[in-house]
Amino acid sequence: MAILQVRNVNKRFGGLQALNDVNLSVEQGTIHAIIGPNGAGKSTLLNCFVGRLTPDTGSVMFNGKSLLEITPHEINQAGVSRVFQTPEIFTDLTILENVMIPTFAHRDGSFKVNWWPRVDKEAQTRDHAMSVLDEIGLVDKKDVVASALSRGDKRRLEMAMCLAQDPKLLLLDEPTAGMSRADTNATIDLLKRIGKSRGITKVIIEHDMHVVFSLADKIAVLAQGAVIAEDLPENIKTDPRVKEAYLGEEAVA
Amino acid sequence: MKILTHPTSSVDSTMMFIFVAAVLTMPIWLTPIGAAYPDLMQRFVIFGLFATGFNILFGLTGYLSFGHAAFLGIGSYTAVWSFKLLGMNPIPAAIFAVVVSGVFALIIGYVSLRRSGIYFSILTLAFAQMCYAIAYSDLIGKFLGINLTNGETGLRVLADDPRIMDGVLTSGIDTSALTVNLFGLDLTHTWVWNGFQFNAGFYFCAFVLIIASYIAMRIFRSPFGLMLKAVKTNQNRLNYTGVNTKPYTLAAFVISGMYAGLAGALLCITDPLAGAERMQWTASGEVVLMVILGGMGTLMGPMLGAGIIKFSEQKFSTWGKPELHEFLAFIPDGIRDTVVSVASLFVGSGWHLTLGLVFMLIVIFLPGGIVEGGRRILMIVTGSNRRNRQIQAAAQAAE
Repeated sequence: MAILQVRNVNKRFGGLQALNDVNLSVEQGTIHAIIGPNGAGKSTLLNCFVGRLTPDTGSVMFNGKSLLEITPHEINQAGVSRVFQTPEIFTDLTILENVMIPTFAHRDGSFKVNWWPRVDKEAQTRDHAMSVLDEIGLVDKKDVVASALSRGDKRRLEMAMCLAQDPKLLLLDEPTAGMSRADTNATIDLLKRIGKSRGITKVIIEHDMHVVFSLADKIAVLAQGAVIAEDLPENIKTDPRVKEAYLGEEAVA
Repeated sequence: MKILTHPTSSVDSTMMFIFVAAVLTMPIWLTPIGAAYPDLMQRFVIFGLFATGFNILFGLTGYLSFGHAAFLGIGSYTAVWSFKLLGMNPIPAAIFAVVVSGVFALIIGYVSLRRSGIYFSILTLAFAQMCYAIAYSDLIGKFLGINLTNGETGLRVLADDPRIMDGVLTSGIDTSALTVNLFGLDLTHTWVWNGFQFNAGFYFCAFVLIIASYIAMRIFRSPFGLMLKAVKTNQNRLNYTGVNTKPYTLAAFVISGMYAGLAGALLCITDPLAGAERMQWTASGEVVLMVILGGMGTLMGPMLGAGIIKFSEQKFSTWGKPELHEFLAFIPDGIRDTVVSVASLFVGSGWHLTLGLVFMLIVIFLPGGIVEGGRRILMIVTGSNRRNRQIQAAAQAAE
């Protein structure tokens, strides 16, 4: 069953056709990679899923529900979490608080004036946040202020924040960009692991082919705003259209 | 790496206990520094309340309102109307002030919070100045054909006002003096004991402040407070985390508006008079100064800031050259005249110069305010103690 169904999505910025009749179908429980050269429209497409941008035409259906008429927080409450290209975290707060906030949001919904109980007495939320931090390997830094983290740790923290919500669909925008080889491999292992134990569907935008081919169940190739191929990884590897998009016509010929 | 740990509930309880003890004994420990006048102490407490509420908006969410004096004024007018119509009891006056200022805060906040940053500040300032203009010329009153704010003279309680509950709750007590009374207890009354002055009105305000501070502390430590802090840090992330940030900021705005309205009502306890000048933009700016001076986002900072500003206002604004001569008596006669003439620019009507200088120094060198300064001093003290202990331990090991 397709959990995310994208049909005929178009987006134009002035004279630039950023997305050109994009169709995409993401199966429940799989890892779906979107690759493509710089400026192909990958991030624009992701922005259309989370309510940051609205496509000019077309539809984005998640679990049979349109994501286009609703706001970012409603999309998240429906079960879509996103990891950004540059980590979006609460830099003034501690790691533990960073993960407790999404846990509260998951429990209390988009608005609740929950002013009487103390945060440090919310044992259930705390335990849940700690278990996610344990899974992601940040538990010993729980009291550190998030701004003090390394870039790699910030990315992992953002991933922990998304996982704390038990999302149905996790969108990752270049989750290993700027990471060392060791960190990249650790992230690959992590993404494989959380995929298996929780059955979370993931859509990954990635430049690193090593990451893409170790993780993806299916790959969509975007070039100049259009999906030029959507297939299994082994077929993508040999697809001449993909080589053309990445290397140019002459190289293929 | 920067570690942040929050006080546990037992630490908070101890702090609260110390705070309550300190507030209740103010008439005693403020006597040596000459600040134990009932009138001045009431101002400490009332503006402490105002600043505490303002901090819930500014300190937690980072939204800088430049129009909170409007709610202070609305609270005062509502309280005086409650005195006029219902009677001289401060409890209905305080309740109505909170409700009415809350309604105004809901409307003003709903519109202003459509923008953030400087645009939000300007919108709140515009609303406050509109409220001031309306109150000063009593536009709504003229429209309705009644004396709603009584214009520039100010609204006061008159002998022929209905005051329907007076005589019902306080039968047999003469209320013709038109002073505020709590079920018969005159709040302008002062008991004197060993030279210390214990004023009924002060204790009423102190009681309100203690309850309001406790509520503020609960908000600071609660999941709701955590969400407000998250708004300040990264509103974008919060939206993509499934949180609707608009009602959170609006709730913080309304709560702080209610605190301001309550403070406005308390201002009418000793003197049941409400004037439009209370809503002027300088009053809105003053509460910003109080919060920043004390330490924005801290629990006790705003109260300290309010106390210091009101104390300095009282002291410096009444000083002149004779007091300076006395104060600077240790300086040799020849130079003293020059020093005094320079220093006299900073006292009396020029005391705002002093306030401005102090404010500049705090913002530049101690952005966390007085609370941050205290924390740093504490760290130096305890840090040096630890080093001393290490040296002692090393010395013992060497023996």
